[in-house]
Formats: sequence, C-alpha cells, structure tokens
Amino acid sequence: MSGPATGHAAPGAVQAPEQRFLAHHFTSMDSQLATSKLGIWLFLGSEVLFFSGLFVAYGVYRANHYALFHYAHHFLDWRMGALNTVVLVGSSVSAAWSVRCAQLGKRRGLRISLLLTLLLAGVFLVVKYFEYSHKLHNGVAWGAACKPSAEILASLPPAVQALPVPKDLGTFFSIYYLMTGLHGIHVLIGMGLYVWLIGRAGRGDFVPGYYVPVDTVALYWHLVDMIWIFLFPLLYLI
Amino acid sequence: MNEHSPSSAAAPEHGTHVMPPSVLLGTAAALMALTVVTVATSRIDLGEWNVVLALAIACTKAALVALFFMHLKYENRFQLVVLVSAALFAALFVAFVVFDTTQYQPDIRAAETQAAPRGP
Repeated sequence: MSGPATGHAAPGAVQAPEQRFLAHHFTSMDSQLATSKLGIWLFLGSEVLFFSGLFVAYGVYRANHYALFHYAHHFLDWRMGALNTVVLVGSSVSAAWSVRCAQLGKRRGLRISLLLTLLLAGVFLVVKYFEYSHKLHNGVAWGAACKPSAEILASLPPAVQALPVPKDLGTFFSIYYLMTGLHGIHVLIGMGLYVWLIGRAGRGDFVPGYYVPVDTVALYWHLVDMIWIFLFPLLYLI
Repeated sequence: MNEHSPSSAAAPEHGTHVMPPSVLLGTAAALMALTVVTVATSRIDLGEWNVVLALAIACTKAALVALFFMHLKYENRFQLVVLVSAALFAALFVAFVVFDTTQYQPDIRAAETQAAPRGP
C-alpha cells in the first residue's frame, strides 16, 4: 500500500508530492484511495463475522444459564467498563480528527491527534490490566480454574453473597476473557498501527492528496470501538 | 450538515468529505450521553426487556460511529452494503442458534434427569 511508486510522469516533469506514494498498479491517486477503502471495508465486514462466533457463544450460554450470568456480572466493576467506554469514544474522536487533519494538510494537528489516539488506547489497556489482575489474583479465572477467593466474594453485594457460588461460574469467565481478550488483542494491534502512523506523519508522508493509511487505520480503530460498545452492556450491565 | 464551512473550502478535490469539528464533537457527545443512558436503564428491572433496550442503545451508538466517525454517510453506497450485510449475517447467526438452543434445551434437560438415576 505504501511502497514508493515509480510514478507515471515523464522524466523531469514536476510531480505532485503525493505521487511518490502512487503504487504502480493504480492509474490515479483517486482510484488508489477508492480501492483501499473498499479493501478495508471488506476486511471490517469479515471482522464483524469473526467476532460473531463469540457473540453466539455468549447468546447460547446466557439463554440457558441466565441466573449464572446475572450472578457472575457482579464480579465486574461497571465503573471500570464505563471508564473504558469513555476512553475509547475519546480515542475514536481523536482518530476521526486525525483523518480530518490529514485531509486538510494540518501536520501538527495530525501528529497530535495520532499521538492522543495512541495514548488513549494505552489507557484502555492499563484499565483492562487492572481489571484482569484483580480478578486473576482472586482466583476468578476461566473454566474449571475459576475458584473465587473469600476476599472477592465478600466484596459482592449482600444479596448476592447470600447465594451459593454456582459450580459452573468459570463458563461465564471463559466467555468474558475470550471476548475482552480478542478485543484487547485488536487494541494492541491498533496501537502498533498508530506507532507506525506517527512515524510516517513525523516524516511528513501524509498530504491532502495521500492519507490512505491514516484513513484506513482510523476505520479499523472505529470498528474496535464499535465492538466495545456491544461488549460493555452485554458483560458489565447484564 | 454544514457543507460550506470555511474549513471544507480548503478540502482536497478528491471526492472526499472532510468532517466538520461540530459533527465530530456532536457525535462524541451523543455517544457519551447514550453511555449514561445505558448505565441508568440497566439499573431499572425491565425483565427480558433490559437486554433488548441495551442492544437497541448499543446499535444506535454503533450507527452513530459508522455514519459520522467512519463517514459512511458520505461514502460510496457499496461500503454501507458491506457493513450492513455483515451485521445482518452476524445477527442471523446469533438469533438462529439462540432460538434453536432455547427450543431444545428443556427436552435435553428432561432426558438428562430421566437418564441420571440409572447411571452408566
């Protein structure tokens, strides 16, 4: 996508700055942008289907074991989930802003908004790290390994403490760790992509005629945000 | 949508749409407000309707992200078709499996409890 192009202009002709990023198999910058967009949208469509398998697992177990799901969600702190929702919405605005800056040729704004997106993605993972480590230190793991400590059971609401601990509590947490873990891997990949974009923006690669990477990575980032929009109420607010 | 804001006058001619800051910040504010709504409504016991309401709010938020952050509102229609058809097939996938399991699970449980006393 980003290899320097040989260009189509005659030798000695003055090229527009973006022309050096025109791949040789495209006739124009416009067709390159349109093709890249179609490609990223097809990828995002496949991502939706990729996640749908986990939503099926969630749906089946919830439909058959609603009481277990309702019990288990008390182990999740909705404030952490809400905080991360706000953080991801913020990073999405910043990602959309970076596209706007790239389109308008605002280089400083582009660098700042890319950096802010990366920073907020990092904040998301730090919050997630605290959630995971708190659970795992208290024995709230997946599958048969899920043996909640007396300490974490004592922190549940009194009405919930009165209930016996379901023996298949780990089933909920298998689904929880798989869904949030796969989402977390996507966040990590997104951070890698933003590091790459920041490097290229620093070199001044992006101009109003060429911002394909900024646009496509932002589209990917919005999809990651969109999946969290569904995970938050389904896991934290049952 | 303000198509003629001064900032978009400087927009490139590549058939792209530059999102005005007001739309980006407005979308963000709507997403934050809907997050508050979804937390608030989860506190009210609506029985089966809690999850329906939560999903309806989540779909609204996802639509806002797609239309404005992902500028789908201004894109080639084909990209909308890709996203909507993927979402539709994901929804069909979940819905049919859940219908199926809720229909047969009582029979399976009944058969299991009948078979249990006899042992292997």
